[in-house]
Order: sequence, then C-alpha cells, then structure tokens
Amino acid sequence: MTFDEILTSAPYSVGKAEKEKILTERLAELTRLHRKNCPEYAAILKSIGFDENKISDCSEIPFLPVRLFKELELRSVSQEEVVKTMTSSGTTGQAVSKIYLDRITSSNQQKALVKIVSSFTGSNRMPMLIIDCPSVIKNRAMFSARGAGILGFSMFGSDRQYALNDDMQLDIETVEKFLEKHSGERILLFGFTFMIWQHFYRELIKLRETTGKTFDLSNGILIHGGGWKKLVSEAVSQEQFKESLTDVCGLCDVHDYYGMVEQTGSIYMQCECGHLHASIFSDVMMRDPYDFRILPNGEKGIIQVVSAIPESYPGHSLLTEDEGILLGEDDCPCGRLGKYFTVVGRLKNAEIRGCSDTYAAKF
Amino acid sequence: MTNIEKYNNAFVNSLEITEDRLAGLKYQDIEAWDSVGHMTLVAAIEDAFDIMLDTDDIIDFNSYEKGKEILSKEEYGVAF
Repeated sequence: MTFDEILTSAPYSVGKAEKEKILTERLAELTRLHRKNCPEYAAILKSIGFDENKISDCSEIPFLPVRLFKELELRSVSQEEVVKTMTSSGTTGQAVSKIYLDRITSSNQQKALVKIVSSFTGSNRMPMLIIDCPSVIKNRAMFSARGAGILGFSMFGSDRQYALNDDMQLDIETVEKFLEKHSGERILLFGFTFMIWQHFYRELIKLRETTGKTFDLSNGILIHGGGWKKLVSEAVSQEQFKESLTDVCGLCDVHDYYGMVEQTGSIYMQCECGHLHASIFSDVMMRDPYDFRILPNGEKGIIQVVSAIPESYPGHSLLTEDEGILLGEDDCPCGRLGKYFTVVGRLKNAEIRGCSDTYAAKF
Repeated sequence: MTNIEKYNNAFVNSLEITEDRLAGLKYQDIEAWDSVGHMTLVAAIEDAFDIMLDTDDIIDFNSYEKGKEILSKEEYGVAF
C-alpha cells in the first residue's frame, strides 16, 4: 500500500486487524527501500540476517535506537535530493540527531500532520497564538525540532502571532490586541509544555495579581508537546497543568502530543480522556528493557515507534529512550480506534531531549 | 491591478524573486521557497485576494502553476 492510499483513511478509523495489515505491508516496503538505498542500514540488516520478505507482523521489523542518528549520517537518498535537514533538540554540548528529508518525505510529514491535527481541531484554520518567540524559525537551513514543530502547526493558523518576544518575555500588549481582533472566534494556541508554563501561565498569574487583568481564552484550543521532565521535577502533573490554565485564562480544551523529530508528522495526540493515540500513520509497542520482548497492556516498557512516513532516511522503526505503558487498543472511551498509551518519562541516564525539556534545562 | 499581477507580486515580494523566473517555479526549487517561505507566500496570497486557503490546498500548492489552478477553484473564485 502506498502512502497516498493510507492518506485516504480517516486517521483513527481503522481497527486492529486491518491496521496491522496496512502498516506491516508499508513498513516491509520501507525496509526493502532503505536496505537498497542506505548502505549502513543494509549492513545492520545483514549482520542480524534479517529477511524482510518473511515479515508477518510489524513487531518483527528491526528497530534502530534513536541515538544512531547522532552517531551516523543515515540517508536513503543522495545529498542533492535533501531539501531539509532537521536536528533534534539537545542541551548545549550534547550531540544532535540529523534527519535528512527529501521532497516526498517532507511533504508526507505535513500531510499526515494535517490529517491528525485537523481531526481534533476541525478543518477550518483559526487565528493562532504561538507561545514562543519568532527567532526560533530564523535559521532556515538547519531546522531545530522546535522550529519544525512551530512551522508544521503554522499550517492550521490563519492570522499567526507570537506571544513571546525574542527575550522570551510575554508580550502582553500584542496578545491583548490579537485577542481583541479575534474576539468571539475560536483560537488555536500552540507551544511547548515548559515554555507555556514558565512564560505564559506564570506571567498570566503575575499579571492577574499585580493588575487584576485577565485574558479570556475559553474559546481556545491548546496543543502542546515537547516533554514533561521539568514540570515533573516541579511536581506539576498533567491534570494540574490543565486545571491551572483553565483557572488563569479559561482555557480548557488542552491536548498534549508525543512526537519526535526522527518521526515528524506522525505524532500521537492526546484525546479528551487524557490518552495518547496512535493514528493510521504510525504505531507504538512497549518493550521489556532486559530482553526487548513486547510487553502486554499495563506494563511499563521502552517505547518503540513505527511510522509509515520516512522514505529518505531509515527511521521507520525506532526504539526511543522514553518509557510508556500501553493502555489498550480500539476501545478508548473517546471512540478513536488504534492503540492508546501514556508516556511515563525518560529512561534513567538518557540524555535530556524534547523541545520543552532541553529549553527547561537552563532553569 | 489584475489578478495575475497580484499573484505575481505575492511571489516576487515574499520569495524575493524576479518575475521572469516564475514560470515553472516549484516548491523547494529556490532557497527562499522553503517551508517558512511557503507560509509567507500563502499569507501574501491570502491578503492579496482576501481569501483563506484550506490546509489541503496549502499542501498541494507546490508550484507557480499549481497555485493558479488552486485559486481558480470555485471556493476561491480567482480568475486568471
């Protein structure tokens, strides 16, 4: 099945048996493609004697550790075909992953993202408030994960406004004008978890305490991602994050997402029940940290992610450094089909990453 | 200003390109028309014609010619 055929399905409409069939076929095809075009990947498959023609299930496809993209330049297209190189977010001095995108992969990432997000926001574009600073997307040749995230979501915004200035200060006047201009409209807010907490929520609290001024964002929908590590260390839970935002500005439609630069596009959005959902474009499996066997629902393991998108680099099956718990499949009360899960945190001794967490490391 | 003038101006101003290079121009052909440039271009076109493109059309908009085809669709009604 080609990617364009997968695109024709609604992202959460395909049940277990059919999804397994579609994804396995597509991932086997990607495995063949990368073996043919990426010598390093071919060497890895050869060393374990892997035969992609015998795949009967997604879980049999070998997974590369995400770290490998820091150590090796893994590409399945020629350098001339690369239109964009994306880098993972890392703290200073930390090696970054480099992900090479050609036209097709870059466009398929955007298409998948649109399908996934618009199933939550509706297909109408909305005025958009970006809780970050404009300089994040200034360096266009090398895209940071943070810039790529903002840019990818920009597609959903009609009138776009950054809420922070380049010193990461909340620009109260600008936000005020923006909200006045779009009063009564549904507004999309996007940002990274820690930045929202530190530079938006805390500033709004301060504003309320010092001047009595408040913003009404009860018409808003917030999508945020990039990691919880810093907020966990400050003992801010997901529920508290949401409740605090509702309290300070009336914002109650809040969705976290899980995603990574190595598999841009096929993100895992959080539903109304607080569960992260795999769409038709991707899937998750939890693996035992000792023997890498697949773990059943309810058991904590290392998160493996597979994605139908990557054609220009061999990143269709990856072992992350995050721990998660699979909660179920096809039976979330929200009605979406596919697996749903929760992310528990980072593996011990794993590097800090995630757009929110690397930024927060400075605090 | 005619529609084609408005359309060309949007390209010239947001991608800093001369008009003679527009025919046959594709997304990612020049440095300025990358994903950031694309959103600037879309905003310029939306302003020029006072329309709002669907997300699907923003993605499909991958060449100078394709853009004209999209704008000519009934919902936008821009005739060239």
